[in-house]
Amino acid sequence: MAGLVPFLAGRMVKAVVILFAIVVLNFLLVHAAPGDPAMVMAGEAGAADAKFVEQLREQFGLNKPLHEQLMTYVGTVAQGDLGFSYRQQRPVWDLIADRLPATLMLTLSAFVVALVGGILLGTLAAINSGKWSDSAITVVALLAYATPIYWVGLMLILLFSVSLGWLPAFGFETVGAGLTGLDRLGDILAHLVLPVFTLGLFYMAVYARMTRASILEVRDMDFVKTARAKGLRESRIVFGHILRNAILPVITVAGVQGGHLIGGSILVETVFAWPGIGRLAFDAVLQRDYQVLLGIFFFSSVMVIVFNILTDLIYTLVDPRIEVAK
Amino acid sequence: MKTSSGFWVAYARNKGAVFGLAIVAVVVLMALFSGVVFPESPWEMVNAPFLPPMSDGALLGTDTLGRDIAAGIAHGARMSLWIGLVSTGVALLIGVSLGAMAGFFGGVVDDAIMRFTELFQTIPNFVLAVVLVAIFTPSSTSIIAAIAIVSWPPLARLARGEFLSLRSREFVQAAITTGQSNLTIIVRQILPNSLSPIIVSASLMVATAILLESSLSFLGLGDPNQMSWGYMVGAARTVIRQAWWMSFFPGLAILLTVLSLNLIGEGLNDALNPKLARKGR
Repeated sequence: MAGLVPFLAGRMVKAVVILFAIVVLNFLLVHAAPGDPAMVMAGEAGAADAKFVEQLREQFGLNKPLHEQLMTYVGTVAQGDLGFSYRQQRPVWDLIADRLPATLMLTLSAFVVALVGGILLGTLAAINSGKWSDSAITVVALLAYATPIYWVGLMLILLFSVSLGWLPAFGFETVGAGLTGLDRLGDILAHLVLPVFTLGLFYMAVYARMTRASILEVRDMDFVKTARAKGLRESRIVFGHILRNAILPVITVAGVQGGHLIGGSILVETVFAWPGIGRLAFDAVLQRDYQVLLGIFFFSSVMVIVFNILTDLIYTLVDPRIEVAK
Repeated sequence: MKTSSGFWVAYARNKGAVFGLAIVAVVVLMALFSGVVFPESPWEMVNAPFLPPMSDGALLGTDTLGRDIAAGIAHGARMSLWIGLVSTGVALLIGVSLGAMAGFFGGVVDDAIMRFTELFQTIPNFVLAVVLVAIFTPSSTSIIAAIAIVSWPPLARLARGEFLSLRSREFVQAAITTGQSNLTIIVRQILPNSLSPIIVSASLMVATAILLESSLSFLGLGDPNQMSWGYMVGAARTVIRQAWWMSFFPGLAILLTVLSLNLIGEGLNDALNPKLARKGR
């Protein structure tokens, strides 16, 4: 693990460059938003008299040349200041931080479910290639691939909450139930099931298809024949030899997409009234609260980058041939 | 070169692709004749609200305001197909031109373009699409632009790869020697030879674009003047307990259309890249 430090340093530099570009993009979007930013802010604060607008313009340096404004903006973002929501009368960062645990819980669980489920189903399909279970998994994956994620959520609510009454449909926990300890945990987990499955389903299909294709490619290679010739058990060959090699491209793609789960969480949190960042984004869309929206945009980009670095690290654990350095 | 009948034979060998083509044909007909079959505006309240499917005068029921759901789906087909096709066209224009330049010129140009592409692949694309449409106010134009802006990077990578490998081939070298301009070589020599993978990706991208549009309009970021499937599901979201049909049918329309386009993409792949087609089966 000697190469770890330079590897991380290299990734950090790259991350900072990308983040800078995103901040610039963010800045341009603020200025592209319809109306003069000071007027918009004044409108959001609920007062639009000329004096207040002038004061805002002064306060935020909106009368300075554009490149100076950009530098100021980059400076404030670097200090962790994502702006202020006049509509909610709170700093954007506070709003995001409040919602972060719920979103992390949702997206990370969905990611794990998608990855584990996808790899298992893909493996199952590949070792039964050509049989009915393969066709069934392929058809389900094809359907999951084509179904709008929010519609999956609504249909699951219809089935499991409205018809069967097995699982709660909305919210993070039962409001006013006064549960504590393990009971509360169980309650939250029950609320988590449907959103996690909804968010994970699409990616599960992606990973299942990839795993299947990748295994079919690997399974006729020489080292597999060797393993078979040595008389290893079939399960050992599949999991220890084929899957270990076939899984690499899946992990690469999973890492790239994992951070994008936050995009899907906007839709899922809207459907399930899950109190996370996605729901915050939906409310910001409804209220045209651009500061919050752009803050979420920036923050989710950071999450993608962090996620990519994490995947690279995990990659080295799965495949020790790959050095972290480079 | 394959003959066109050879193409159809290869395409028709994929049963799913034939099914997809049939469904898409129905959707296209629906889009073309929605105005004839349902002459009233789909926004018009034509019946009592909350009518279940198979009611008198409302085959698929009505929504919370008494609008006919079947009419909404027929008119929505127009929006979905239009946005899907045009935004894919714009994404192709951006992606293929950038990818072509990167692959053809190489060096610094390639580096710069690929860094730019990487940036757009890092940004979570659905969040960016939401931000763009919200800021530039929802309209067909802003939706098309947003979808194109978040969809072009894979096309650029694909085109770059194709151009990179074709660039060193003899017919391109010959064209360079005969003094053809770079533009002529890119457009007349290399592009036609790299079309088939690009066509396959484009057909899949139409499906993705339709999904994206439906997601945006589900969030209330659709074109306010056009009926769309995503809007219908979004508007019915809060009454799912009382009225399943309001979100079920429009969602089913999206599912079938997107599924069919994906199947067509696979069929095109089988027909255009016969060598790759049966790999892994």
